[in-house]
Amino acid sequence: MCFADLARGVRDVIAQSLLGMLIASLLAAVAVAQGFEIEDRRSYPGAGDEMLRVLSTADLDVFEPFLLRFQEANPEVGIDYVTVSSAELNRAIRGGAAFDLALSSAMDLQFSLANDGYAQSYESAVTDALPDWARWNDQLFAFTAEPAVIVINEARFEGLPLPRTRADLVTLLRDHPERFAGGLGTYDLRESGLGYLFATQEARSSDAYWRLTEVMGRLDARLYCCSSRMIDDVASGELALAYNVLGSYAEGRLGADAGLAILPLEDFANVMLRTALIPATAERVEDAGRMLDALLREGMGDGPEPVLPPLQARGEAAASAFGPIRLGPALMVYLDRLNRESFLEAWDAAMEQ
Amino acid sequence: MSGGPEERWSIARRLTLFLAAMVAILALVSWGMVTSFAREAAGRTQDNILAASATSIAETLRSESGEVRLELPYSAFSMLGALSEDRVFYRVAVGDEVLTGHADLEGPDVVPGEVVFATLPYRGAVVRAVSLQRTILSDGAAVPVTVTLAQTREGVQAIAAGLSRQAAVLSVLVFVLAVGIAAFAVRASLRPLNTMAQHLATRGPSDLRPLRRQGPPELMPLVKALNRLMERLGGSLRRSEDFIAEAAHRVRTPLAVVRTQAEIALHSVEEEGQKQTLRRVIRAVDESSRSASQLLDHAMVSFRADDLTRERLDLPALAGNVAEALRPTAQMKDIDIALDLDPATALGDEILIQNALRNVLDNAIKYSPAETKVTLSVRNGGGEARVTVVDEGPGFGTASAGELTERFRRGARAEGVVGSGLGLTIAEEALRAHGGRLDLSGDEDGRGACVSLILPAV
Repeated sequence: MCFADLARGVRDVIAQSLLGMLIASLLAAVAVAQGFEIEDRRSYPGAGDEMLRVLSTADLDVFEPFLLRFQEANPEVGIDYVTVSSAELNRAIRGGAAFDLALSSAMDLQFSLANDGYAQSYESAVTDALPDWARWNDQLFAFTAEPAVIVINEARFEGLPLPRTRADLVTLLRDHPERFAGGLGTYDLRESGLGYLFATQEARSSDAYWRLTEVMGRLDARLYCCSSRMIDDVASGELALAYNVLGSYAEGRLGADAGLAILPLEDFANVMLRTALIPATAERVEDAGRMLDALLREGMGDGPEPVLPPLQARGEAAASAFGPIRLGPALMVYLDRLNRESFLEAWDAAMEQ
Repeated sequence: MSGGPEERWSIARRLTLFLAAMVAILALVSWGMVTSFAREAAGRTQDNILAASATSIAETLRSESGEVRLELPYSAFSMLGALSEDRVFYRVAVGDEVLTGHADLEGPDVVPGEVVFATLPYRGAVVRAVSLQRTILSDGAAVPVTVTLAQTREGVQAIAAGLSRQAAVLSVLVFVLAVGIAAFAVRASLRPLNTMAQHLATRGPSDLRPLRRQGPPELMPLVKALNRLMERLGGSLRRSEDFIAEAAHRVRTPLAVVRTQAEIALHSVEEEGQKQTLRRVIRAVDESSRSASQLLDHAMVSFRADDLTRERLDLPALAGNVAEALRPTAQMKDIDIALDLDPATALGDEILIQNALRNVLDNAIKYSPAETKVTLSVRNGGGEARVTVVDEGPGFGTASAGELTERFRRGARAEGVVGSGLGLTIAEEALRAHGGRLDLSGDEDGRGACVSLILPAV
């Protein structure tokens, strides 16, 4: 009898590990089959067999502290964390890839996922406590508010008055072409969803955006895929100024890199909300809800020393009288194929003068 | 008396229930109306916004080097987002070819020049969809472009449901309030009826005066009918009293003649048997005469009580007079009338009170054995004046005061004594007319009766 138990135990263990491997390989196969590109992936096995599958645009470096903290509180939940670009995330969820939680900085794409029925509703005491602007229809929840900022290399601005508005900045750049030619960086709107979101929202808020784009085009601005690389180049002195960089990334680097500074502009700042949704295909809804609650608590600054930029950062942006970009159907406007084409045409024209 | 439950229910209850049912129906109807209005209004608001958005999208349609182009206006979508957190879908098609938006969205069939609405299922939800068509000149050819815009209805339903809930709460409040007011109004309207009933209930038994109260016009027929009834009743009572008095009077005179003749005959006959017969005749005549005079008394009491005079009565003096008047009768049986008179005054009709006391004292003398004592006392105390007659006769036995004062009723131990049974009745009626009462008591073992005439003292 004892032997039989042991045998069964051994068999179970083997079966479980086999199953685990099977799931892992299946997942990879699914990803390949559904055709989305994985940038990074890390598994954090928990005490139980459960694996919470998280699809996210946030780098592991930034996110790992949160995951570890979550697992400390919920040791039975294993986490399979997959990093993708926001466009890939959108494609994966639309393609029906099975994930339990999708976190993305592209709030327009996240919104269109929820709008088109790829998200499921979730409600808890934590989501109820969320301010109205930070959630949509009990399906889309903002857990960080991150402003777009301008990062400069202080050395390259030496002797110049620091501009305080976009108009000042345009004038300054125009007046010193020799100093800034080739020294400006911004998002490549064709490549970066976030850059496109910032650009469209800014174009909507101020006509200074187009003048600035024209000036940057004249000064041979360099185009980037992501914030971190722009910050790298500003830190190294290759760039004098990077326009529309994620504030949370920049702040993290201020201490480490001397000469790096955030240029505070008084006219306005775009604030992006990093949002989470539980895909309609999610299977571990309960665990996903638990992680979502933890994220939102973190966002509302309820936890100990936050590892993510909290929603309250919105307060700084509010000083310029501009709230975060609103969650709503208007976000879909610039996702429209025709709108995107015409916006990018105008942007190309401005950039390539 | 049997009857359905609704016949036994009070008018107030029935009226209140009717009113409550009516208010409930009204409240339900108005709630239903508000709910449907709210639904309609919220739906129309959404329709208007959808139409405005779709129109503003269609406005941006243009032809650019043979291609239909459009620029979705930001405002068109932010407008939709402002109303609620509903999902939005759109589709722009040139002919059958989808230009942009949700390709699988099938809007209502378009009618050129019109904005067409429809409620349809889409992606697992119910959406309100609007379609409109605009013709664009592209390369010299007219191309029809259809703009379809759809939005889920949760926000609209939430607004309608919220309004409906508020209306429900309001309806319940109105219902409770209206039922309260109805109950109060019913009670207030029925108050004159209750007052009248109370007024009638507190009347004396022989008070047949017409009701003079002014009431609501609805009650006037009842008041009139009651007054007519009382008038007829009073009339018929009076007629019967008159008849009795008349009859008694007519009987008394010939009886006196018969008695006189019988007495003369008694003196003139020698034979003992005939004497005996004549004595029985005299005795029977006495009895009849007494009955007749008591009937007269009774009629008089009834008559005077209807229109009572109230003068100050010196009760000891009155008692003395009555005692003096009856002393000869008492002496015939060797009965002593003892007086024990305290000062006391009451308001009333002297003749009636005298009459009452005479009847009581007469009774006492009549039912007392020979050579006994009847005590007549007057006392004053506790707001009451009390004239008491105590005899040493057989008492009242076990009969109650109510039974003894019935007309023509005689006590169980009254056999063998001349009497009509009207004495106590007359006394009681006279006292009641004065707001007083007759109090009877006596030992059960037959040791005297005690009758008190009680009047409110002044």
